[in-house]
Amino acid sequence: MLSLGSLDVKQRIAAKLVTADIEALVASIPKPVGSFGYDPWGYNEDTFKLALGAAKLLYDHYFRVTAHGLKNIPSEGRVLIVGNHSGQLPMDGLLVGVAAATNPHGPRLARAMIERFFPTVPWLGNFLNALGGVIGDPVNCSKMLDMDEAIIVYPEGIRGSGKLYRKRYQLQRFGNGFMHLAMNHHAPIVPVGIVGCEETMPAVINLAPIAKLLGLPYLPIVPSLLPLPARVYLNFGKPMHFSPAASEAEVTEQVETVKTELRRLMQLGLDERTSLY
Amino acid sequence: MATRTGSRAAPKKTVLVTGAAGSLAKRVIARLHGQYNVIAVDFRRKVETDAGIPSYLVELHKRGFEDIFASHKVDAVIHIGRIFAHEKTRQQRYNANVLGCKRLLDLCRKYKVGQVIIHSTYYVYGASAYNPALIDEDAPLKASEVTQDLVDSVELESLANIYLWKHPELNITILRPCNVLGPGVRNTMSILLSRSLVPVLLGFSPLMQFLHVDDMTDAMIAAFEQNKPGIYNVAPDDYVPYQEAVTQCGCRKLPVLSIPPSLPKLVASVLNWNAFFPPYLVNYFKYPVILDGRLFRETFSWRPRRNLNDIFTYYRKQKLSAS
Repeated sequence: MLSLGSLDVKQRIAAKLVTADIEALVASIPKPVGSFGYDPWGYNEDTFKLALGAAKLLYDHYFRVTAHGLKNIPSEGRVLIVGNHSGQLPMDGLLVGVAAATNPHGPRLARAMIERFFPTVPWLGNFLNALGGVIGDPVNCSKMLDMDEAIIVYPEGIRGSGKLYRKRYQLQRFGNGFMHLAMNHHAPIVPVGIVGCEETMPAVINLAPIAKLLGLPYLPIVPSLLPLPARVYLNFGKPMHFSPAASEAEVTEQVETVKTELRRLMQLGLDERTSLY
Repeated sequence: MATRTGSRAAPKKTVLVTGAAGSLAKRVIARLHGQYNVIAVDFRRKVETDAGIPSYLVELHKRGFEDIFASHKVDAVIHIGRIFAHEKTRQQRYNANVLGCKRLLDLCRKYKVGQVIIHSTYYVYGASAYNPALIDEDAPLKASEVTQDLVDSVELESLANIYLWKHPELNITILRPCNVLGPGVRNTMSILLSRSLVPVLLGFSPLMQFLHVDDMTDAMIAAFEQNKPGIYNVAPDDYVPYQEAVTQCGCRKLPVLSIPPSLPKLVASVLNWNAFFPPYLVNYFKYPVILDGRLFRETFSWRPRRNLNDIFTYYRKQKLSAS
């Protein structure tokens, strides 16, 4: 009986979260799935709808996101959405995902690259996969671009998300992998400058030795365990196209071009912002 | 090299099929019979066959096996026979599967067999949290990293690979199917889904691919008749989480604690679940091994004709009729 009760609650929550708008949005996302609603990476439409419903509430009312340049995300075809990473927890990935999924110019399922340890965590691994999250393996990225998917990439990785508050809005070292993917698969890069996520979880200090002991990428001391309600500004730039480079040095130069554009887009957000929270 | 089938002047080709007692081999033999001379071989028992199909009980790594080649002009071999991990000890399995395969390939060379099809398994890729999805044929075979109990599967493959490149005249085709299910199939997954109570790991429901045994038969026949040597994954482009498959097959779930990782292995070995949930396969119920089956589908113009629901219906009905 207990299970019946919880099922009922589940259904009621689902009915609240998955509004007609969300249904219509997800239905219009160009995303092929198999006979049980799954794609090869474990994405599941029903779970995605639920999570999108919940995340949209956070997007609108908690982080009060202002997004510019959404028309720069192509409504179909392969694309890499490349942003600056921050905020300890991947709120920036979530918000960019919501922005893409609710884009009035053509909703997209933008897939986030998740850390490699997530699949080993019970429930969480399957859940993140169901939302479209995929471990950041180059084979996955190649296959997804070949299948004309949209991928969110933070080339700074944990260097960006785990950095301390005093380094806010300073781009950390970028990996070159995303540029190789873009070049080899002729995928445009849509840069997105993200402002506000640094303030959702300002970290004073990182307890690296304890993190290492626990097998975590980092363990910051933060004022609150839940992300603070900072206002978030997303500035999407024009798609950038790159032709294959002759050398790794040239690839690094092209990565610098993306970084320069990201700094400009971040500055737009910083200039627009009048209050942190 | 291998003579094309269907040319009127050519005499009937002779095909030797190993593992003849199994459900896949039985179907393959039935499909070949008439068009080809078929020889049935199994190590478990002498298989009852239709008139005109010689049947032998023989172990591949034993001497008697050569007599079959000496007394028949074998044109092609379809090697399906394999000892599963729950059937014998690791050593016996290694002898039968790896040394048996080596002996088979050596005999094929000696008696100038023009084509060999080897039935492998997707297990060779290994189940790991770091697996990308849509694994290609050229991905490393990491199963032996997962468990010693799959070493024979990986070794058999490497052996077949060496012969594939060193002896092109053998025209070796290696097929790596996903989970094959259906009436009569006695592999781990099929035995598992035939049960009414089925273990699942709490918090883990890896995506899986399933193929109906009749579709796998079609795939083997296509590989044999079209003779395009190489290594191929055989899998549909449809996916379903394990726990969903369990429900669809009409099984009840028996949740097993999944953390720490050694716990489910311990439970499986203490309760002696070797036939359907063996400790060495626990990782395959935790992490997905999703194959990219495009190469085979496109090379052989093959598509599975039964969908997931067709496959699961058999297991569901089986339980209904039992109760």
